[in-house]
Amino acid sequence: MARITAGIATSHVPAIGAAFDQGRSGDDYWAPVFAGYDWVKEWEKSEKPDVVILCYNDHASAMMLDVVPTFALGMAEEFTPADEGWGAREVPVVQGHIELAAHLAEQLVLDDFDLTLMNSLDVDHGCTVPLSLMFGKVAEWPVKVIPLAVNVTQFPTPSGNRCWMLGEAIAHAVESFPEDLNVQIWGTGGMSHQLQGPRAGLINPEFDNSFLDGLIDDTDRLRAITRLDYLRESGTEGIELIMWLIMRAALGPDVEELHRFYHVPASNTAVGHIVLRPKSIGALAQAAE
Amino acid sequence: MRTRPYPLSELDDIPGTTVFTARRSREAYHLHKFCMSLMDAGNRAAFKDHERAYLDKFRMSEEQKRAVQDRDFSKLIDLGGNIYFLVKLSNTDGWSTQRAVGSMTGMTADEYAAMMRAGGRSPEGQRSIREGN
Repeated sequence: MARITAGIATSHVPAIGAAFDQGRSGDDYWAPVFAGYDWVKEWEKSEKPDVVILCYNDHASAMMLDVVPTFALGMAEEFTPADEGWGAREVPVVQGHIELAAHLAEQLVLDDFDLTLMNSLDVDHGCTVPLSLMFGKVAEWPVKVIPLAVNVTQFPTPSGNRCWMLGEAIAHAVESFPEDLNVQIWGTGGMSHQLQGPRAGLINPEFDNSFLDGLIDDTDRLRAITRLDYLRESGTEGIELIMWLIMRAALGPDVEELHRFYHVPASNTAVGHIVLRPKSIGALAQAAE
Repeated sequence: MRTRPYPLSELDDIPGTTVFTARRSREAYHLHKFCMSLMDAGNRAAFKDHERAYLDKFRMSEEQKRAVQDRDFSKLIDLGGNIYFLVKLSNTDGWSTQRAVGSMTGMTADEYAAMMRAGGRSPEGQRSIREGN
């Protein structure tokens, strides 16, 4: 039986990828950002997940022009890093997991989530920056990845509560997959930031830290945050935090916090990162038996 | 009657903010098509070689074309644009995202960078035009 053993959240700022790729991670500006990920890089070496379900948003690299999917699942053997206007990041091609992705594609639609399926998908920094932060510079990514892209760009995005419900459905779907797989789910993006208009540069540490706290023991409060609340409190791009709720919901009711990091700024953005362990791994399947 | 959590007019009540909607997305469709064309090195070279001739291949409005040539990101947002498309243009120019974003604030690039290093823009007074909070 496949099981979700951990959830990770992280911001996915493109400038972090650029600093990483250009060897500037030791600069005064960037060193404190990368230091926040030393713990998780070591930890992942012993966790050895087989598959990551990676919730991210496409930044007008593969979708959002001709087609604007609310939830899009990557169904391909591999996903090539996108050229976002300065050449593609020189990171490994992301390898998919067709069998689990096909299972999710089937089970989630049966569970009333009307997903878009992407049989071909180039992945941008939203997907590859988190991989760099968790695994560092590698010749091959040490995991298979199922990208799950969420529209957080064009209003209305899905609600935070809808994302929560999708996370719950993902947990059930994973646990009904027969193969023994160690699966992690990642929520990426956020924390507070706004990338447009005279209000650009908005950072709200109070909101961000309250959100991090809520992931542990006050998830009903987080589910009730409206899109308007996110826009007002965390900036137009801070609404990416709804993707963290997919991750959190997939872990079940109770979690243990293994690691937390918060730093301002990385370019225009507040960086948040948290690692969570479900208190009862595989509980859904046990309850069903 | 289905309920809605708040009237959509509330989206216009956030100071200094333009919410990117389906209508805006359509208004900027050809502008965005141009932006995404810059994801190809050959297209970037063609654009740099003769900006206006390259822009004329797209069904953008004259205003949109001029705003691209002026690198006027505030104007491009007014004309329907979204930052995730527009950074394809600033990336082509070798600008950092911070420079493109900061150019919309009325601050110089150095002033904006200093504000971010100091913790960013406080949300106080930035939540609602009506409430002034």
